[in-house]
Amino acid sequence: MLLALDIWFILEKVALIATIIGLSFFIAMYTTYAERKVAAWLQDRRGPNRAGPFGLFQPLADGGKLFFKEEIIPLTSNRFLFILGPALAMITALLTSSVIPWGASYVDGSINIPLQVADVDMGILIVFGIVSVGVYGIMIGGWSSNNKFSLLAAIRGASQMVSYELPMGLALIAVLLMTGSLKMSVIVSHQIEHGWHILYQPLGFIIFFVCALAECNRTPFDLPEAENELNFGYHQEYSSMKLGFYLFAEYINMFISSAVMATLYFGGYDIPFVNESTWGLSPLMFSLMSFAVLMAKVLFFLFVFIWIRWTIPRFRYDQLMNLGWKKLIPLSLVNMLLTAALTLWLNK
Amino acid sequence: MNVTPYIFWFLSVLALFSALMMVTSRNPVYSVLWLIGTFFAISGHYILLNAQFLAVVNIIVYAGAIMVLFLFVIMLMNLNRETEPQKNRWLKFIGALAGGCLLLVLVAALKDAELKSQQAMVGGGSIGLIKVLGKELFTRYVVPFEISSLLFLSAMIGAAVIGKKENSQTLNS
Repeated sequence: MLLALDIWFILEKVALIATIIGLSFFIAMYTTYAERKVAAWLQDRRGPNRAGPFGLFQPLADGGKLFFKEEIIPLTSNRFLFILGPALAMITALLTSSVIPWGASYVDGSINIPLQVADVDMGILIVFGIVSVGVYGIMIGGWSSNNKFSLLAAIRGASQMVSYELPMGLALIAVLLMTGSLKMSVIVSHQIEHGWHILYQPLGFIIFFVCALAECNRTPFDLPEAENELNFGYHQEYSSMKLGFYLFAEYINMFISSAVMATLYFGGYDIPFVNESTWGLSPLMFSLMSFAVLMAKVLFFLFVFIWIRWTIPRFRYDQLMNLGWKKLIPLSLVNMLLTAALTLWLNK
Repeated sequence: MNVTPYIFWFLSVLALFSALMMVTSRNPVYSVLWLIGTFFAISGHYILLNAQFLAVVNIIVYAGAIMVLFLFVIMLMNLNRETEPQKNRWLKFIGALAGGCLLLVLVAALKDAELKSQQAMVGGGSIGLIKVLGKELFTRYVVPFEISSLLFLSAMIGAAVIGKKENSQTLNS
């Protein structure tokens, strides 16, 4: 019977969801710190170092500051949509974490607790669905501010996200051709058996990574926030924690897209070169270790995101569109056809 | 306790209410947002029928792509209550008449439909899962599938051609 759930199942899922959301916030908080520290390091500065040891409390201070800032809602703005915008951005950023397998299942006798909120048949497509809805957070916020700069930035951001979803999806199809399933858990177990997808899909990964940068509005594709053209971008009129929500949602998106890339191409929670299931670890240790391995991969990707931001200058808008439509889409189509042909040939 | 009927009624009310609000909203941006709400409610119905693929694709294609384009156009034209053109009263009357005729046809078509033997399976069935759906599409329904993909291709080429033509004209003039 559908939805005849028992109480333990609900408790288990609620605990998991709370942990993942808390973790997302924590990682997003400290990614802002890492961003400033890495930027300082690359530019031969010191970075934030006043609040706490090594400036470690800096994100807390920033968050507190945002909470206590005066909240300004422009008179000519559309009040309801103005508040809905950042809320949608945050909700969609947090929802994507629901289908990612965060570690190996905790199996102890008859108890089997998967470290994944929902292992549904659609798996990765759900991430795409939520990401495609995430455009509305930017568009609604930009439009309801009733400011030309915000509107232009919102339209830039939305068209960029819609354009880069296509090559991203095509790169994904090549992965799905190899695994034969959309389930995230199957994608990971396929990689544990047959080796990581990055070995078979290097081109696909590069396309996916470039698209992920564009989807997260990160440099070199951060045109919605190009301050020399559009002042402050789509969140120009926002202040206080509503601005904080937009900025935070961006970092959570970075975190989740790092997790998705690690899961799709870098074996998820798999430890490379060894077969950890033969080590005879206790189930709890085993789950925690696999989770730690995934986190290490995610942190590496986050570092690459930051590294790129402080290395590469911004694209021009026509260059961005040309790259998306005239280079990445044909490339990903070729990649898809090659993968399909090879899969067919090898399976015969 | 089975919550499926409650979810069904909730989603149905949500879908109908959003659709009504979409039609009656004065502000076109609100209309688009209510229509997105309707799509989400319909996707919920698909999930109740275990048609997961259809549900997700409905959101990706309709809510995530097509409605974004709608919103683009409406936001750029900056339509709002003050600038809304007043429609002819006769036009409204004829529109209502045409809509009523469509309703009549739908009701007449559904009146004789065999509802008892055609009841949908709720929560079960694997026809909506991607493996089964793909197999059906590429074996039994492969010809209609390919024809519809050709239609899409021609529509895309047509859009590109129209877009190019206008561009060269503005450059010449």
